[in-house]
Amino acid sequence: MIPLLSDPTLQTVAIGTALLGVMSGVLGSFAVLRRESLLGDTLSHAALPGVCLGFMLTGARSLTALMAGALVTAMLAAFAMVLLVRYTRLKTDAALGIALGLFFALGVVLLTHIQATGNAAQAGLDAFLFGQAAALSRADLLPMGSVGLVAVGLVVLLWKPLKLLTFDPEYAAAIGLPVRALELLITLLVALTVVVGLQLVGVVLMTAMVIAPAAAARQWCASLHGMVIVAALFGAASGVLGGGLSALTPGLSTGPVIVLVASVLALGSLFFAPRRGLVPAWWRQGHRLSRTSSDRVLETVYQLACEHGSGRYRVEEGAVDAYHGMTTAAILTSLSDRGLLEAVEHMPDEGRHWRLTNAGMSYAATRAGRPDEVLGT
Amino acid sequence: MTDLLISPAVAIVLTGMLVGAAGALLGVFLVLRGNSMLSDAISHAILFGIAIAWLLTGATSGPVQIFGAALSGVLAVFLIESVVRTRRVRQDAAIGLVFPALFSLGVVLLNVFARDVHLDEHTVLLGEIGFVWLDQLTIAGWVLPRSVVTLAVILAMDALFITLFYKALKLATFDPELARTLGFMPTLLFYGLLSLVSGTAVAAFDAVGVVLFICFVIVPPAAAYLMTDRLGVMLFLAVAMATASAPLGYISAMALNVSIAGMMALATGGFLILALTFGPRHGLLARRARRRRLTDQPTEGTSSA
Repeated sequence: MIPLLSDPTLQTVAIGTALLGVMSGVLGSFAVLRRESLLGDTLSHAALPGVCLGFMLTGARSLTALMAGALVTAMLAAFAMVLLVRYTRLKTDAALGIALGLFFALGVVLLTHIQATGNAAQAGLDAFLFGQAAALSRADLLPMGSVGLVAVGLVVLLWKPLKLLTFDPEYAAAIGLPVRALELLITLLVALTVVVGLQLVGVVLMTAMVIAPAAAARQWCASLHGMVIVAALFGAASGVLGGGLSALTPGLSTGPVIVLVASVLALGSLFFAPRRGLVPAWWRQGHRLSRTSSDRVLETVYQLACEHGSGRYRVEEGAVDAYHGMTTAAILTSLSDRGLLEAVEHMPDEGRHWRLTNAGMSYAATRAGRPDEVLGT
Repeated sequence: MTDLLISPAVAIVLTGMLVGAAGALLGVFLVLRGNSMLSDAISHAILFGIAIAWLLTGATSGPVQIFGAALSGVLAVFLIESVVRTRRVRQDAAIGLVFPALFSLGVVLLNVFARDVHLDEHTVLLGEIGFVWLDQLTIAGWVLPRSVVTLAVILAMDALFITLFYKALKLATFDPELARTLGFMPTLLFYGLLSLVSGTAVAAFDAVGVVLFICFVIVPPAAAYLMTDRLGVMLFLAVAMATASAPLGYISAMALNVSIAGMMALATGGFLILALTFGPRHGLLARRARRRRLTDQPTEGTSSA
């Protein structure tokens, strides 16, 4: 472990992936809450032609040039998408798909053009499809770090307006906030995240980095600042774990490994987060059903029997359903499993009926506070 | 005749036309329903199925591979719906959670187990339409490119499905509630449609790759939607534009010496721009003309009054 920590390549990868994770967690929180998750997908695919243009214009594999190119084409795709939605009858989903597909196609065309011209430095350009952590150099951290700092700094500075825009855009517009400009800013910040992720995760899977940590964090937190912080931590954890794993294993693309770690975190949060998690919810629900509801359903059967003056009274299942405003078949069956009720056949066209057993009778009477009032049979 | 079919240019263009026709045919219903991005999810998710099918059977083509890999596209749709149903995550985020996970799993499986097979992730992503004529089949004495045969069968299945369920699909697309009331089972129909999208994506990925397939599914139907209000006409226009994109893309790719599949996909974009500008009622020029008429009319009204 100690030699691993002092390995300069791994250190670089760890710093880079942690940076990317923090950034995508912070910006992803806004994208997910604003229901714009798939915008990241379009922006990241649209970064490919920019990477190629950056390379063609500078003739070198300088990360700054590639990042600048990627930012330009990603923003162009965002504008194309917004214009399609605003000025045609196409809906958002089609506009996202069109921008994603056509910009990526352009990227593929440019990529093959670069390969055909046979520039020696082009080797490794297609590492931007899936990311390659091992190719990250110390010098690359400078442009990535500056972009990350600017993006996170802007979020901190404009925290209040961004929060308002996320939760209540109409109110934000009503009090005179520049809503269009703020929306543009969020798009720009997501594009910057994509650009920082180019080298590490690649254009195809950056969408997952934007969504997964934020969706995971949402399950743990009920406040925006909590969610942003937890998402940043989740993002950094998936980045460092996945990036390290892929840098240590030759032939393993970095992007997919980081995305798998982030997906596992999201899946785990979906199931096990304390308040919103599915497993705690199922447990609470099961608990509630087994105690409170079943006692109340038994009480209903008992009351109906009391009103008809006979403990042997057969209560129609539909009547119990109507009384509770829900389907009680499962609860009635569980009560009969406990020996408190028994199902009885009535007229075949009238549905299932239920009758108290002797045990059920005394249980219900005790609960009703009238242990002596066990109805005769 | 046979020589013609296995000549590289004919095989490549034919493959592109078949991918375009099959994708656009199904895409019309996705675009109309507002579910275009499901094609993005499905076409990425099939990589998981392709990797699993290869690991289990060693198949990199053929009916077993297509069917098996298509299942993973349907699995993706099912997972997305399950995640949405928990009400913990909205649909857009659910799509973005599920397909990258399946796609990543596919890439990692190929990275670890399939180093020496032609199934590397770059092929999957970008396709190798330039080589489709090399893989040939002999059927009843005819030597045919395998991709053309496979895609022709898939296209026939897609067309058959749409012909058989045309009315039900139309109703389920425009009024799902009424379709449900009348007993047309729109959900089942939709799953049927998405299974075909999956199968078509698997058959097409060798040629155009998973991302460019999205262009054929979304762009021609979107262009057709800007040109007409009638479903039948929209289907025809979408298929026509997608099919025409293949030869146009091939010719320009040859001229520029760039990716054939990429140029075919870009050609669909050319049609979109044409439809966007000159579409008879929904195009930008028609809209501007209508707006001018509307602003002119009141002036005429007051002057005549």
